[in-house]
Amino acid sequence: MNHPDLHTTIEATFQRESRKVIAHLITTYADIELAEDALQDALVEALDHWQRSGIPANTGAWIMTTAKRKVIDRLRRHRALQKRLPMLVDDNDEFHDDEPIDIPDERLRLIFTCCHPALSQEAQVALTLQLLGGISTEAVAKAFLVPLTTMEQRLVRAKRKIRDAGIPYQVPPIKHLPERLETVLAVIYLIFNAGYVSPKGDSLIQTDLCDEAIRLGRVLCDLLKNQPTVGENAESLGLLALMLLHHARRNARTDEAGEIILLEDQNRALWDRQMIDEGIALLDHALGFNQRGIYQIQAAIASLHAQAPSADETDWLQISLLYGSLAHLSPSPIIQLNRAVAIAMAHGANNGLDILEGLANDKTLCNYHLYHATCADLYRRANLPEKAKRAYERAIALCDNDREKSFLTKRLIQLA
Amino acid sequence: MRYMILIYGDPAIYANQTKEEIQAEYAEYMAFGEEARKRGVNTDVGDALQPPTTATTVRVRDGKTLVTDGPYAETKEMLGGYYILDCKDLDQAIELAALIPGAKNGMIEIRPIVTDYSA
Repeated sequence: MNHPDLHTTIEATFQRESRKVIAHLITTYADIELAEDALQDALVEALDHWQRSGIPANTGAWIMTTAKRKVIDRLRRHRALQKRLPMLVDDNDEFHDDEPIDIPDERLRLIFTCCHPALSQEAQVALTLQLLGGISTEAVAKAFLVPLTTMEQRLVRAKRKIRDAGIPYQVPPIKHLPERLETVLAVIYLIFNAGYVSPKGDSLIQTDLCDEAIRLGRVLCDLLKNQPTVGENAESLGLLALMLLHHARRNARTDEAGEIILLEDQNRALWDRQMIDEGIALLDHALGFNQRGIYQIQAAIASLHAQAPSADETDWLQISLLYGSLAHLSPSPIIQLNRAVAIAMAHGANNGLDILEGLANDKTLCNYHLYHATCADLYRRANLPEKAKRAYERAIALCDNDREKSFLTKRLIQLA
Repeated sequence: MRYMILIYGDPAIYANQTKEEIQAEYAEYMAFGEEARKRGVNTDVGDALQPPTTATTVRVRDGKTLVTDGPYAETKEMLGGYYILDCKDLDQAIELAALIPGAKNGMIEIRPIVTDYSA
């Protein structure tokens, strides 16, 4: 008899419950490939065993015990791995024990390994999604628009580097924690943005990436909180708040045809109030630590938008000041671009254009379609249609996203 | 794990060094060796290298030994010295590499050394 539904349920349960197990296996045996293979073996056994006898009460413990047995099997079968058998001796008693076992949470150690600065950022992102998110290589490849074989190679190379270069599985010592945490936060935010920006990709997968980044952000905040030497961290909370405040607008960002709706034109009734409240509460909590950082400032900007009844009634003055301090902490032409918009809203289009025209020779911005789109919008508001037309044309020429292109074209036509 | 620590630097910096500067840098390297020992890592295997102008590159093609003057790769940065360090893991190797005087004006490459040729 076939149980397609049961099969799917088992797989989903297994994936969910195995996140802690894989972290524990990897950090115990210091071998990612061995841990993954053993977990795969355990899944095969679960599909067989659970279909016959039902899903066990303590699935996590079942998976852990089975996966550990599979590690031993593999080590026995492969002579090259046999010299590692002695380190398993301590675990032997667990195998005859059906008592529920408490799986130690080693995910924090694994996060720092996946996001180790000795790995490329591409590898950090792929490893984090696969080992902490349990996302398949196919899905990761699709989300980052690279061929499956490229992503497979990237992951294999990264796992080998961890093993061969001796990248440790440990929470870094306090003195290195801020810079190491910065890398982890950058990876999570990159995953979120890959979902948020939705570059030509499959929209279903893109939303999943946002959810996954938020889940990772939550896990990170919880793990840090429960780690006695580290404790809660303001920027990690700030990042989680920022992602929630952005994601709260997901249903208002596009119309039925999938066209982008600008913040000022969005139907604010579609914003997820519950998510906004959670984001604001997290931000307030983060600000209480009095450790300023780029994620908290961006979350503060997002929270001002989230609380405003309309674009015109937004506290643009405060937003322009926040962009000022953000530019101070992390100088970037893109932040200057956003600051110019806020200043235009607070003090008039001409004041914003003063800043934008000063950025015209910036190497990053002069080929960035949103720079020209922003100039165009402010020229339009300043009643300079000729300049606006030229800027829209430049923006359209530089834009490689069809939806954004059609939006800009619409604006250009409205100008005439 | 054993790591080969390669110290690269700009030859121009070394070309114009005064005697005092050379002595000061030597003292810094001695201090580094002392600091590494305190952390349980021996720096006995390691030395400065003569400049790339003294390098000779050898290759065998069609059974013939070809010898050329100069280093394998002509780069702006030159390999100026090395250590072989036995460290706990990459994090310790990075931490020590950051203490090497040459890290301040040049850069350090860390290469894990193969230990198991059967794998």
